Amino acid sequence: MDNLPLIIIVVALVLLVVLAIGIYNGLVQRRLRIDEAFAQIEVQLKRRHDLIPNLVNAVKGYMGFEQKVLTDVTNARAQAVAAGAQGPAQQAAAENVLTSTLRSLFAVVENYPELKANQNVLELQEQLTTTENQISFSRQHYNATVLDYNTSIQVFPNVLLAGPLGFTRREFFDAEPEAANVPTVDLSLS
Amino acid sequence: MARTTFFDQVSANRRNSFLMAAFVVAVLGVLGFAIGFGVFGEPVAGVGTTGVALAFGGLSAAGTYFAGDKLVLKVSGAQPVTEQSAPQLMNVVREIAIAANVPMPDVYVIDDTAPNAFATGRDPEHASIAITTGLLQKLDREELQGVIAHELSHVRNFDIRFTLIVGVMVGAIAMLADFFLRFTFWGGARRSRGRDGGGGAQLIVFVIAIVLAILAPIIARFIQLAVSRQREYLADASAVELTRNPYGLERALAKISGDSEVLEAANRGTQHMYFTNPIKKFEARSSNLWSTHPPIVERINRLRELTGEAPLSAPEAATMAGLE
Repeated sequence: MDNLPLIIIVVALVLLVVLAIGIYNGLVQRRLRIDEAFAQIEVQLKRRHDLIPNLVNAVKGYMGFEQKVLTDVTNARAQAVAAGAQGPAQQAAAENVLTSTLRSLFAVVENYPELKANQNVLELQEQLTTTENQISFSRQHYNATVLDYNTSIQVFPNVLLAGPLGFTRREFFDAEPEAANVPTVDLSLS
Repeated sequence: MARTTFFDQVSANRRNSFLMAAFVVAVLGVLGFAIGFGVFGEPVAGVGTTGVALAFGGLSAAGTYFAGDKLVLKVSGAQPVTEQSAPQLMNVVREIAIAANVPMPDVYVIDDTAPNAFATGRDPEHASIAITTGLLQKLDREELQGVIAHELSHVRNFDIRFTLIVGVMVGAIAMLADFFLRFTFWGGARRSRGRDGGGGAQLIVFVIAIVLAILAPIIARFIQLAVSRQREYLADASAVELTRNPYGLERALAKISGDSEVLEAANRGTQHMYFTNPIKKFEARSSNLWSTHPPIVERINRLRELTGEAPLSAPEAATMAGLE
């Protein structure tokens, strides 16, 4: 009976350690899910970057008067590729610019019947559309995992362990924050 | 708001599935017992036939669980498609699979001009979706996306498993009841009564068994249909949750309702699986207890509710219901 207090303390400590291990593992798992979701986005972004030069080449010959739209797309692509190393927020911003220049390009393509009938252009357009949709659905998924993780490092008791163990907040891959300043396309042929 | 209702609907859906399965098992058991007791006059025999009935139901459910999807695809004349043969369809399916966070399902095409689609399989890892060539020709990309999202919602919500198993279990009840009724009419009961001397209890149970055998298949089918209609609404709502775009699905529904063709590949056994009811001539135009699907006007109005649009006006609704 003498060592009852000791037993209680030991049991309490063991329980605390088990709890801490559980919290730690849970946080690691959530963080890995973010990385996995981000990897999925990156695959699709890469695919889009690879498709764009093909599209530019396919339409170049037809669009004599609207070279500016093409240079915009090419520049936006170069910036998006460069932004790849600067973290999700920067990358998302650059990708959004690229998305809007691509939209402008497709709007211009509508004005060229030969382009609209070109099988190669149609295929590239379909590939880019699906890649863009996949990016936006993957982004929804990525942001959901980030939200889940950010919440889990801030709730009690996780918050006591998250800081000391190096679990920091992650950035969202933002959905078109500057939709207001979509570049305008000059369609005048003069 | 829409999110809460969506999750409420999912949990209601899960509860209904469970209750339905429990009901079917209970009916099989009770029917089995009443038949055994009523025919042989002994409770032990009742327990025995209960076992036989449940084993029969369980075996057919298990068979369907593992091979039902292949059978349904075969019966519907569905052909597998590849990246090369239908690139846009495969792209759309891949997009929505990402949105729904389910693995890429197997994709099939049914060579039929009536626009329709269905999903089948036992879980998201073993799922297939089939689309008619008519659907591919008549819908644009956005509308196709809405239909695929509806079908993949059935996959994600495990509706496909429920549809497979309950369909077969309801069939098992019907077969058991049918078997018993025929047996009774062809003199089985007379023989047992002669042997037993005719107890009052046995007679009562025997009558109960007959009543059950007549009513159980009908009630089971009613509940299955009610759940089936509920699931269509839920899949529409989930589709919008996935695509964040109610207009594609809404336009697809309107377009399909304007199409009067009958899908030749569909029959009574597979009609409840489709995107819209494929056998229009069998069904009344408005909501009724025998429909596997809710009326399209009602489905469109529920989608319009999500976007805060006014429901279809009476003339619009009448035109659409007339076409349906």
